[in-house]
Amino acid sequence: MIKLKGIAASSGVGMGTALCLGREEFTVPKEKISHEDISREIYRLEEALIETRRQITTLQKKIAQDLGFDHAKIFEAHLLVLEDRVLIEDIIQQIKNKKVNVEYAFWQSIKKYIDALLKLDDDYLRERVVDIEDVSRRVLRKLLKKDVTNLGDLKEKMVVVAHDLSPTQTASLPKENVLAFVADVGGRTSHTAIIARSLRIPAVVGLEVATRNIKSGDRVIVDGSEGAVIVQPTEKVFKDYQRKSERFVKEMKAITIPKILKAKTQDKRKIIVSANIELPEELPLIEEYGAEGIGLYRTEYVFLGKRQLPDEEEQYRAYVNVAKKVAPSSVIIRTIDIGGDKFLSQPQVPKEMSPFLGWRAIRFCLAQPDIFKAQLRAILRASAEGEVKVMFPMISGLEELTEAKKILEECKRELRREGKKFNESISVGTMIEVPSAALIADALAKESHFFSIGTNDLIQYSLAVDRANEKVAYLYEPGHPAVLRLIASVVKDAHNNNIWVGMCGEMAGESLFAFLLLGLGLDELSMPPPSVPRVKELIRSVKYEDAKLIAEKAVRLSTAKDVERYLQDELRKILKDNFERLVMT
Amino acid sequence: MEKIAEEIIVNNRHGLHARPAAIFVQIANKFDSRVILEKDGEMVDGKSIIAILSLGINKGMGVRLIVEGSDAQTTFEELKEFLAKNDD
Repeated sequence: MIKLKGIAASSGVGMGTALCLGREEFTVPKEKISHEDISREIYRLEEALIETRRQITTLQKKIAQDLGFDHAKIFEAHLLVLEDRVLIEDIIQQIKNKKVNVEYAFWQSIKKYIDALLKLDDDYLRERVVDIEDVSRRVLRKLLKKDVTNLGDLKEKMVVVAHDLSPTQTASLPKENVLAFVADVGGRTSHTAIIARSLRIPAVVGLEVATRNIKSGDRVIVDGSEGAVIVQPTEKVFKDYQRKSERFVKEMKAITIPKILKAKTQDKRKIIVSANIELPEELPLIEEYGAEGIGLYRTEYVFLGKRQLPDEEEQYRAYVNVAKKVAPSSVIIRTIDIGGDKFLSQPQVPKEMSPFLGWRAIRFCLAQPDIFKAQLRAILRASAEGEVKVMFPMISGLEELTEAKKILEECKRELRREGKKFNESISVGTMIEVPSAALIADALAKESHFFSIGTNDLIQYSLAVDRANEKVAYLYEPGHPAVLRLIASVVKDAHNNNIWVGMCGEMAGESLFAFLLLGLGLDELSMPPPSVPRVKELIRSVKYEDAKLIAEKAVRLSTAKDVERYLQDELRKILKDNFERLVMT
Repeated sequence: MEKIAEEIIVNNRHGLHARPAAIFVQIANKFDSRVILEKDGEMVDGKSIIAILSLGINKGMGVRLIVEGSDAQTTFEELKEFLAKNDD
């Protein structure tokens, strides 16, 4: 068994037999042709170009329908290559003057241009080379009558493994037979990742060594939520994942309660169940799963994968789009959490010994006021168009919060002067994810309109565990009494100061803990959209009074195992027949 | 037949790469005039995306835009506006 770590590109679990797509190598034959054949070869060229053009416009329409017009522009450069006068003229001249077959002439011309582009040493152009190669291979396949690509082997459900999947390849795969995608290259915002998400096929990209470690026929597990690929898993691991996969599929399908029903307990305590969102194409999921707005809108996507920082206008457009799509519900926009494991192209940040304890999130923003202010101004302006709240990540002391708020006020003054509209009373929240912040929550509460507890980091920092390190990952326990006691004290401090408190970590979406958090008094739980219906149904099946008593007892236990066992026993009694479905799936 | 030639500083923030190059070609192809871009003595067809990409034009670089044909004036103006436009 080998475990490979890559980039989580499209969530869900896919498991099955691997089909490795080799780097498609063409042998392009060179043939001498006679003078009489010239017009026939040119005719074949035109035919191939027209046919390829037709294929790409069909793909483009499909993408436009699935993902919106903007994404369909991915294929703009593809189409321009097919119509390129210089290229076509070059090919025709070769056929005429050198009397060679069209395949050979075509490939020679394309290679000449690709070589010229690669010499320019520019990331942007390299991406264009991928497009040009992609479209050229399509034309060549037409000419060589190899229209059936190796993807034609995909006659049964398989996991597709490749060094790289071109956008047109991804979009034209027989979707029903693809269990998951695995690629050596690519990032979360690469075209291939975007298409995989729109097709709802799990994908892990950027693995670097996947094609070296996986052979066709190997049994593989692709965990698109964690960004992990397991090759030749043991029987136990395979079974564990089977359960995880079934649960994901169930959540995707089984929306058991009507979307409009609120998360209200049987004794009428109402809490907000909202969604964590990162990418624009996830927005339809809010409506689909019946989430009450966005409890965490991560803005890193707006920044990452860009050659230059997005300016205020570009950010404003992105935030307004989100605000309008979730209206009349609200969206909590978290200012950028850069550093740790995510970096911008500029400014260049030196490598750190302990990046998660280093220059990240609010620390980075306070040191880069220009970047910070552009984002705050964009968020403020978006607040005129919908229910927008702003939240600062990684606050570890009161000074950081007051400093951030001072800059926010500065932005408000500027906007007022410029006559630009914004919501004067925009809610400002503090993310509680550093233990020191949890311990001085009473002081932070006086300066905040709300709290949102970020459990992923809070657990990592309070238990001193790097979850990515396999040797210590077992110590990462959300149910650890230390974590629960921190959460309980944050909720108490928030409520004593009359502010509301939510949670936006993975913990909020797990039934067992959602019940505990309800009992601890949380006012809002924000989670991945597919978890929303299950958590809502769970909350509607229980009484707040019960949850409160059970939570009070749970935080006094000594180990995470005791906590989980206790919660399971109690919930089984309450939910009876629904326990398996709502908690153990 | 009219011919216009002028040195232009490219202000588009991505230079003439990717989408900007595609837009340039789309504009050029609307007109009948011949469009030529010249950088460091190298001249390429301004209606070909591949040729333009191969020049590797970044923001702030100077290029010579040469337009020749019956609709040279309008062609030139539209292309110049696009190149010189600062979209930062």
